[in-house]
Amino acid sequence: MSAELTAVLGVGQTKYSSTRGDVSIAGLCREAAYRALEDAQLDWKEIDAVVIGKAPDFFEGVMMPELYLAEALGAVGKPILRVHTAGSVGGSTALVAASLIQSRVHEKVLTIGFEKQSESNATWALSLPQPFSVSINAGAGGYFSPIIRQYMSRSGAPELIGCMVAFKDRQHALKNPYAHLHQNDLTFEEVVESPMLWNPIRYSETCPSSDGACAMVLGNEVSGDRAENPVAWVHGTAMRSESNNFPGRDEVNPLASRQCAADVFKQAGITNPLKEIDAVEIYVPFSWYEPMWLESLGFAELDHGWRMVEDGTTSLSGGELPVNCSGGVLSSNPIGASGMIRFAEAALQVRGMAGDHQVDGAKKSFGHAYGGGAQYFAMWIVGAEKP
Amino acid sequence: MSKSHSFRDIAVVSVASYQTKTLSEVNEVQLMADLISKCRNSAGVTQEEIGFTCSGSSDFLAGQAFSFVHTLDSVGAFPPISESHVEMDGAFALYEAWVKLQIGEVDTALVYSYGKPSAGSIIDVLATQLDPYYVSPLWPDCFSLAALQARLLLDKGLITLEKMAEISMRSQKNGFDNPNAVRSSKDVSFENLMNEPAIVDPLRASDVSEIADGGCAIILAAEDKAKSFCERPAWIKGIDHRVDSHTLGVRDLTRAPSAFLAAEKAGINTDRLDLAEIHAMTSTQEFILEKEFGLNEKTLVNLSGGCLASDTTMASGLIRISEVARRIISGQVDRGLAHATSGTCLQQNLVCILEGE
Amino acid sequence: MTDPNLSPASLSEEIEIPESISGLEPVRSVRSPIKLIYDFVPSPPVQEYLRSYSKKKILGHRSPIDGAVFVPPRGVDPRHGALIEESVELSDKGHVGNFCVTNLPIPGRDDLDIPYVSAWIHLDGANVGFLGLVAGCENDEVHIGMRVQAVWKKEEELGNTAENILYWEPTGEPSVPVEKAGNRAWDQRNE
Repeated sequence: MSAELTAVLGVGQTKYSSTRGDVSIAGLCREAAYRALEDAQLDWKEIDAVVIGKAPDFFEGVMMPELYLAEALGAVGKPILRVHTAGSVGGSTALVAASLIQSRVHEKVLTIGFEKQSESNATWALSLPQPFSVSINAGAGGYFSPIIRQYMSRSGAPELIGCMVAFKDRQHALKNPYAHLHQNDLTFEEVVESPMLWNPIRYSETCPSSDGACAMVLGNEVSGDRAENPVAWVHGTAMRSESNNFPGRDEVNPLASRQCAADVFKQAGITNPLKEIDAVEIYVPFSWYEPMWLESLGFAELDHGWRMVEDGTTSLSGGELPVNCSGGVLSSNPIGASGMIRFAEAALQVRGMAGDHQVDGAKKSFGHAYGGGAQYFAMWIVGAEKP
Repeated sequence: MSKSHSFRDIAVVSVASYQTKTLSEVNEVQLMADLISKCRNSAGVTQEEIGFTCSGSSDFLAGQAFSFVHTLDSVGAFPPISESHVEMDGAFALYEAWVKLQIGEVDTALVYSYGKPSAGSIIDVLATQLDPYYVSPLWPDCFSLAALQARLLLDKGLITLEKMAEISMRSQKNGFDNPNAVRSSKDVSFENLMNEPAIVDPLRASDVSEIADGGCAIILAAEDKAKSFCERPAWIKGIDHRVDSHTLGVRDLTRAPSAFLAAEKAGINTDRLDLAEIHAMTSTQEFILEKEFGLNEKTLVNLSGGCLASDTTMASGLIRISEVARRIISGQVDRGLAHATSGTCLQQNLVCILEGE
Repeated sequence: MTDPNLSPASLSEEIEIPESISGLEPVRSVRSPIKLIYDFVPSPPVQEYLRSYSKKKILGHRSPIDGAVFVPPRGVDPRHGALIEESVELSDKGHVGNFCVTNLPIPGRDDLDIPYVSAWIHLDGANVGFLGLVAGCENDEVHIGMRVQAVWKKEEELGNTAENILYWEPTGEPSVPVEKAGNRAWDQRNE
């Protein structure tokens, strides 16, 4: 028995911004879901099940908000699942939704990731006092900066590679009307001169804090065949997790990342990712993670990922492997949705529906999310043609 | 579950659970490491042979963001594992694992969940589950809301205080044989239960669940794999879950339509049902569910004592599945229903039908 | 692609507002404070670890699988999920496995002067790092592999807490080579 072919029938996003004060949490989610259904040309009642994901419930101060959202998501009388796998959650949520189709349990599934960070205080949510340990790490940057430092020392990458990634992604964001940051007049010098927060991470090299939701409608082969708009076919899906701190752990290039990538490329029959993948959406909350993941995922040789940044390979303006054409996490970061946005943007590329940030003729694309201490991974490959 | 397609045979092959009033000798990570290794040893599998792992827990319950990240240590996630987590009761993690096994790429899955409600005030924690704009700011507690539901049942003549006491008595007596039961008594008297004062009128202390710390681990396996791990696997004949509206005002609180629907979709057949393990926070909710499932006298209910004996938030649903599966595996019963619920006044419901061969 | 800037109302069906409230000013936000109190109880291995701090000792946990030593004690070996029962006393000397120079204040730590250095300290005898502050030198002198030692609070201020260590200061000993520092030490051991 093989898995049912799965297609992305529709994608819906909200305009990402620091505060969506004009809508409730339910309104925000419904906006994305409504647009995904509109894109898929389906009605609420045609959806069999809903899979929703978000990062910690403390971000909005609502425990298990899927219960409160049941009506807004049209889930009453249907199954609804709620996924939480740290930062990778948007990606894992899409994969759980895909598994409902691949297993033939359902035919059409609505999946959504969201975060409405303005509803609560994210710093509060992440620094709830924990006894018995000494609190000295200020935010995620404090955790990831040593790892980035280790990458720089290991690869010999020039100091400004991170700034180049940040500048490139903010340029890409100008072509994506949904992106949170639209910094029209930003110069490379301004990126470089931005304050150093967690050396070597500058303010300009970090992601914003956004309100937003992203939704997709996934369907089985028959619904993919029937769809009027182009669909994206799922060619491979994989999740991997590893523990956070153990002897010999490679934090720069975690084994879970390498194994997850190997699995998803094998499923999609891809042996040379750089040549065979046309567009990439990877989870880059701190700029240096672009070259680091390019290496880990096999798009670049070990210690050479930064060269692809330096020579413009990852730029939408003529690069061989445009990375994060949407502007990426560096330009929009509603945490629980960020992974799903990567997956959805990958789908938009192969559907030819990415608008101004479309990679011409993209046939296969890669969506990626990671979370925790770079220990949770979710990936998928989608194509314009059936696998 | 779609009817047009025949599903892979998946079974529960191994279970382990533990509940206690307050977990103090070990932390959650140690508890789960112990339960998971017991579960793996009894099936004779190593983590490397397990194709998918899925867990359920809640950050709000733990009082810590990303709390499940620490508990991953109890699995032994190196080399890396294919893994996912739901912010739901472990029964829903089991559903996700069942779906994953249906794809046919992996044959074995580990499911676990845990909760330590003793760390905080469960009624305050659960109040944050309610509509954040209209209801949660009023901080209604889950037992008061269940009391509204109980009052409706009483006033409509659907239940009596005597019937409620019978349900509580059944739980406490059944719990006597369950080492995980926190509240149990072999010779609890009906009169004593009837004479108990109400704590949230009309609910008496014996009508509401006994909150306990604990956890549960389960191993699922497909087809021949299941038979190789276990002499008499508890086959999942059907599993389904549904949700109702969140808005209490639009629901008939004397009913749980999503439970009825889930049971129907899971293929409940009350003529051949030896056991039902029901996840409910009050005697009255247990009563509503018995009615929704259409149970008759052939079916024994909550042999474990149910949640009135021991209720571990985020794990109680998975524990219900383990209680049915354990009795099928041992040959005590042939066919049973396990139920899990989530949300206020039975908003979301999962039904799993298990059967031995 | 739908216009991202369409108003939310344009995405739903027409809603009729009852006349009785039609003139009212819409509510833009509600403030609903949440206060939840949790009692965290340290498990026995953590209690033992915290108590040992009052005697200026640092305890680790040794894995029954391959002898790897974890600090702080975790009760399990995260690679195998195996329960750990054996405690070992560790040196209060070690090296900087990796570090971060932070220019942001931490909520609740007004005592820290910015910028400060937080580091993964790899104690002699332990096989994983744990977090600590590095001080007693210029920030730009801190490097991967630098040997450090704990600076403890005064005897009379010692409690059952990891906060007994004020910070870690350089010992002046020769540095551990970068390729053997931090987590890499484990791989070197097995080579």
